[in-house]
Amino acid sequence: MMAASMDTAVRTGRVARTLIYLFLLLFALFYLLPFAVMLVNSVKPLSEIREGNMIALPQVWTLEPWLAAWSTAQIGVDPSGLSPYFWNSIRMVVPAVAISTILGAFNGYVLTKWRFRGDTILFGFMLFACFIPFQIVLIPMARILGLTGLAGSTPGLVLVHVVYGIGFTTLYFKNYYQVFPTELVRAAQIDGAGFFRIFWRILLPSSGPIIVVSVIWQFTNIWNDFLFGASFADQDSQPMTVALNNLVSSSTGVKEYNVHFAGAIMAAMPTLLVYIVAGRYFVRGLMAGSVKG
Amino acid sequence: MGFLEVRNVSKNFGEVEVLHQVSLSAQQGEFLVLVGPSGCGKSTLLNMIAGLETISDGEISIRDRVMNDVHPSKRNIAMVFQSYALYPNMSVAQNITFGLEMHGVPRAERQSALQDVAKLLQIEALLDRKPRQLSGGQRQRVAMGRALVRNPDVFLFDEPLSNLDAKLRVDMRTEIKKLHQSLGSTIVYVTHDQIEAMTLSTRIAVMNEGKIQQLGTPREVYDSPSNIFVATFMGSPSMNLFTATTSADGQGVYAEAETGDGETLRLRMAEPGSALSNYAGKEITVGIRPESITDPDGAAAEDGASQIMRNRAIVVEPAGADTFATCLIGGKECVARVRADADIRPGEIAEFSVKSDKAIPFDPKTGERIA
Repeated sequence: MMAASMDTAVRTGRVARTLIYLFLLLFALFYLLPFAVMLVNSVKPLSEIREGNMIALPQVWTLEPWLAAWSTAQIGVDPSGLSPYFWNSIRMVVPAVAISTILGAFNGYVLTKWRFRGDTILFGFMLFACFIPFQIVLIPMARILGLTGLAGSTPGLVLVHVVYGIGFTTLYFKNYYQVFPTELVRAAQIDGAGFFRIFWRILLPSSGPIIVVSVIWQFTNIWNDFLFGASFADQDSQPMTVALNNLVSSSTGVKEYNVHFAGAIMAAMPTLLVYIVAGRYFVRGLMAGSVKG
Repeated sequence: MGFLEVRNVSKNFGEVEVLHQVSLSAQQGEFLVLVGPSGCGKSTLLNMIAGLETISDGEISIRDRVMNDVHPSKRNIAMVFQSYALYPNMSVAQNITFGLEMHGVPRAERQSALQDVAKLLQIEALLDRKPRQLSGGQRQRVAMGRALVRNPDVFLFDEPLSNLDAKLRVDMRTEIKKLHQSLGSTIVYVTHDQIEAMTLSTRIAVMNEGKIQQLGTPREVYDSPSNIFVATFMGSPSMNLFTATTSADGQGVYAEAETGDGETLRLRMAEPGSALSNYAGKEITVGIRPESITDPDGAAAEDGASQIMRNRAIVVEPAGADTFATCLIGGKECVARVRADADIRPGEIAEFSVKSDKAIPFDPKTGERIA
């Protein structure tokens, strides 16, 4: 790996190289600084923060703010901490990601391997979904949720995110299946596999990279969504992002910055984890549609 | 009534008709090759037999059962694809038995069928591998195994050798021929390679522009092509064509053309009173294969119809076993196939022996053979 990259890299002088690394280091620090500040302050007692030194390492290390943010902090009217909302988010994200990915895969399969009249136009409309700003769909969506009786519930939020995500997932899977050899589908037809069996047994097992892309994309977007969560959830279904906002804005006198920081890190943790675990497949999968092999 | 019967089949893609009223039939155990240039409709016809393309008009039947509306999996056919189309996520064994599994064959039976086929194709050692771990030739074998294990009525091959390198292609060709001889299966095989067509088939259907140009044994197609297209498509180097003037007398019908050196080549083409005599005084196109123009020593002595032509060799190309010499007849470059040690030098006049009974007259307008 190292040898290869050194062989193919454009050779630069020692000075230029040092400068480049210096700049890279500087920017890395610049981008890491806010996270460092959050991390450092989340393990400090509030008194130390109030003394005004935000950058310094804590004199007394404490996990108290983390425990508070998780289970006792005041969120709106309840001193429940973020934990119930964390589970709300999980209950919303997991089905929404799974359903939108499966539907996207299925759409991609139909749009590439079972072409029909008008499929390009239909796909065009689905692509359109990727460009519609969130705000535009708020009112129609509220109406739909009201009519279906899903307003203010986790299934309602799942529906919203599935509908909104299908455009993206369909795009991913269509591009991926576009280069998937149609002869395989034909071979399976002759072998006697039907429409669904071909999908489950042949296409889906070969879709690893693009499933990773779809899952990361959907997970990040849905987990981080605030607008839909704030608009369509009630007390029992509010996701983490909304709860974090409530944590920061509801105060019982003092602003507990250390608890807020801990809460914010908690809210960011799942998406960070997903990127760290599956990030390298992300780029690979994104490339898979465009470059064959 | 054929085992496989294609009756007046047409195929339209929108306004474009890619197959026009094609009819052919194959007997049980026959190796039928569909050959033609790309875009001639041969693969479309194969896909229609397989049921992967709908039939716009006409009828296809296998074993007297009309297949037009029968699903591909119910036609009792198996297909080997150009790309092999092995399922990338399955092992070789799973690839081979997938069709049986889909048809509800019990596991024990699947396993024994798998073992039989693996033994036949000598791929027993590969059964646990994934397709990506196989070489081109091995993939080819697995693809054939997947077809064989189903024990179908008809095997369909869609250019199965075109992704292999030259040497392997020849080996696999022999292997396919051996398989056909030992199993006696009915095969429809699509290729654009006329040598594959000649070597493998029991009968060839030469196709062009959505029509069957000629259907016959390899010998018939090679020796008596029904039109100029078939004549030039089959054979390598391809058949020489030149324009000649026809004349007739009491002895026969002759075609005359000027050689590169100003002499007249006069070939006796037919008996007096045959169809060709109607062309007397007119121009026709004469086709003659390179091996029918050879050096006088190389020509078999008993060939009564041979006659000597003196002509100037323009180019001489030694090809190992033979040498190809190019000369002009009727203003066209014609290739002669002479012995490797024949004494012919470029730019010099040499004697050639022309087998006039192998020369074929074609109508220059329609391109059809004048019979």
